[in-house]
Amino acid sequence: MSGIELKAVSIRLANESIVHNVDLSIPSGAFLAVVGPNGSGKTTLLRAIYRAVKLSAGAIFIRDRDVSRIPMAAAARQRAVVPQFQDADVALTAADIVGTGRHTHTPWWAVQRPTEQDAVLDALQMAGAKELAGRMFGTLSGGERQRVLLARALAQKAETLLLDEPTNHLDARAQLELMELLSNLTLTRVAVLHDLDQALAYADLIAVMHAGQVVATGPPAEVLTNELTSKVFGVRSSIMKHPLTGRPHLLTAPLPDAAADVVPAAVRTY
Amino acid sequence: MPLAIWLTAIGIALVLASILGVCVGSVPIPLGDVGQVVFSRLGLGESAPALNGTIIWDYRIPRVIAAALVGAGLTVSGIALQGLVRNPLADPYVIGVSSGASFGAVLVMVFGSGALLGLGVSTGAFVGAALILVLVFLVAQRRGAFSDSRLVLAGVALGYLASAGTSFVQLQAKPGQISGILFWTLGSVAGARWNSLPVPAVVIIVCVLLMLTRARALNALSLGDDAAVAVGVNIRQERLILLLLAALCTAVTVSLAGGVGFVGLIVPHATRLLVGADHRRLLPAGIILGALFLVVVDLAARTIGSPIEFPLTIFTAVVGVPFFLFLMAREKRA
Repeated sequence: MSGIELKAVSIRLANESIVHNVDLSIPSGAFLAVVGPNGSGKTTLLRAIYRAVKLSAGAIFIRDRDVSRIPMAAAARQRAVVPQFQDADVALTAADIVGTGRHTHTPWWAVQRPTEQDAVLDALQMAGAKELAGRMFGTLSGGERQRVLLARALAQKAETLLLDEPTNHLDARAQLELMELLSNLTLTRVAVLHDLDQALAYADLIAVMHAGQVVATGPPAEVLTNELTSKVFGVRSSIMKHPLTGRPHLLTAPLPDAAADVVPAAVRTY
Repeated sequence: MPLAIWLTAIGIALVLASILGVCVGSVPIPLGDVGQVVFSRLGLGESAPALNGTIIWDYRIPRVIAAALVGAGLTVSGIALQGLVRNPLADPYVIGVSSGASFGAVLVMVFGSGALLGLGVSTGAFVGAALILVLVFLVAQRRGAFSDSRLVLAGVALGYLASAGTSFVQLQAKPGQISGILFWTLGSVAGARWNSLPVPAVVIIVCVLLMLTRARALNALSLGDDAAVAVGVNIRQERLILLLLAALCTAVTVSLAGGVGFVGLIVPHATRLLVGADHRRLLPAGIILGALFLVVVDLAARTIGSPIEFPLTIFTAVVGVPFFLFLMAREKRA
């Protein structure tokens, strides 16, 4: 059974074509990284999977069910989301925010039950943020907020997890911890990532987007060729074995002609 | 502090204020006599002096109940609307309800119910509120969905239109009618009687209880549309439900007590400062605090200048602002 299936998906926003004709199939339990330059349609595609934007054509299936044809409550059990941005101007604690992830699990009269609070704390623990439970969301650092949002998604106990640039705002160690955590989950995962090296190191599959289309899919080490990164991202690249971990590691460098362009004129005359 | 302690504390304060509200007035009546009247009216004791009986049973108890209902209804509607439109300056009147109600009520007061299909003042107010609401919803909706900003804009614009109508009609009023109009637009529960209470009471209580059940959805909505969709809130449906409940509740409070100002704006914020912004705590605490606040304000409005009564809005701010400033100062220190 396929975890997530996108069939000929096109999306228009304000009369502008953002995504066209994307076909994508993610096996159940796999970790897919979506990469691509800014403005290539990655976030829009992800938002379409969780129904925050409407499709103008095509269909999206999670475990063979059309996401646009099921009630919102059922959708929340299909997929949980770690969004790219969360307005921090809310006077709620981390635990309150994680509690909203339980929306479809407990009826309104049971929200104060101890089992509910346990579910919230378990999710915070899984995301490594248990000690943040009583803190106000607005007072947390970027990295702490990210872990709280991950906890909210985990509290939802959905079949699939969608993440939009989850390592944004995180320091070097927190990034690695988060990626390790993600790679150890058994859910179907889709993460929009900017760091090609992280995509290579942790994802099972990669989808490369360019100008609203998926231009390549497959195992990261096969997809991320020098030819592809030159064409799509405008950088040269090479995959090497990481001297410390033994994992594949992607190194990037400016294209030769682009390199000449970015050298300041004053330096060149010197 | 645990929610149960807060609820108990303000609950006890509400009971005490209500008892005080029944005993105190232009004719002070000792607590023992009040008990006697209540028991005899409920058929549980010997009969009480007729005058005390009338004052307590026919006037004071209904007005205390009306004040509590209106305070709770406006506060919970205010909390719901502030969460819904994500704007701390929103109050139940931002969707035009009170302006429409005033227009309806003033029409009846000036031209007489005979000229307007025999409508009474409170029915006129409700009809005015309902008409403005329908207009606001029609203007604000786009394909059945409400965006927060369109709702506020439509409410404010149409509210001004109704206010213009109110002012115009007021100018046609005879001098003797002006103070009655002013009294009504500034809100009062002096006119509350048993026979006028049941329908508003049922509507307000049902609306408030239904809004309570939407607490977690309000939490999710306050995080933004994307976050709400992510956790499975049907935002279109949830907005519509909350909006209809808050609007209906507000329209009924206005038809019961006129345009009581300030309560729906400030008591929600005061409650937030006390128990936090989690709607699961905020809504239940808001019910009791709102009821308590208006019972106290009504007590002030009829005792300070006794035997002259003042409209409620004059005192909502006078009583409310010092308390609110205290809460703000307390939060700053914390």
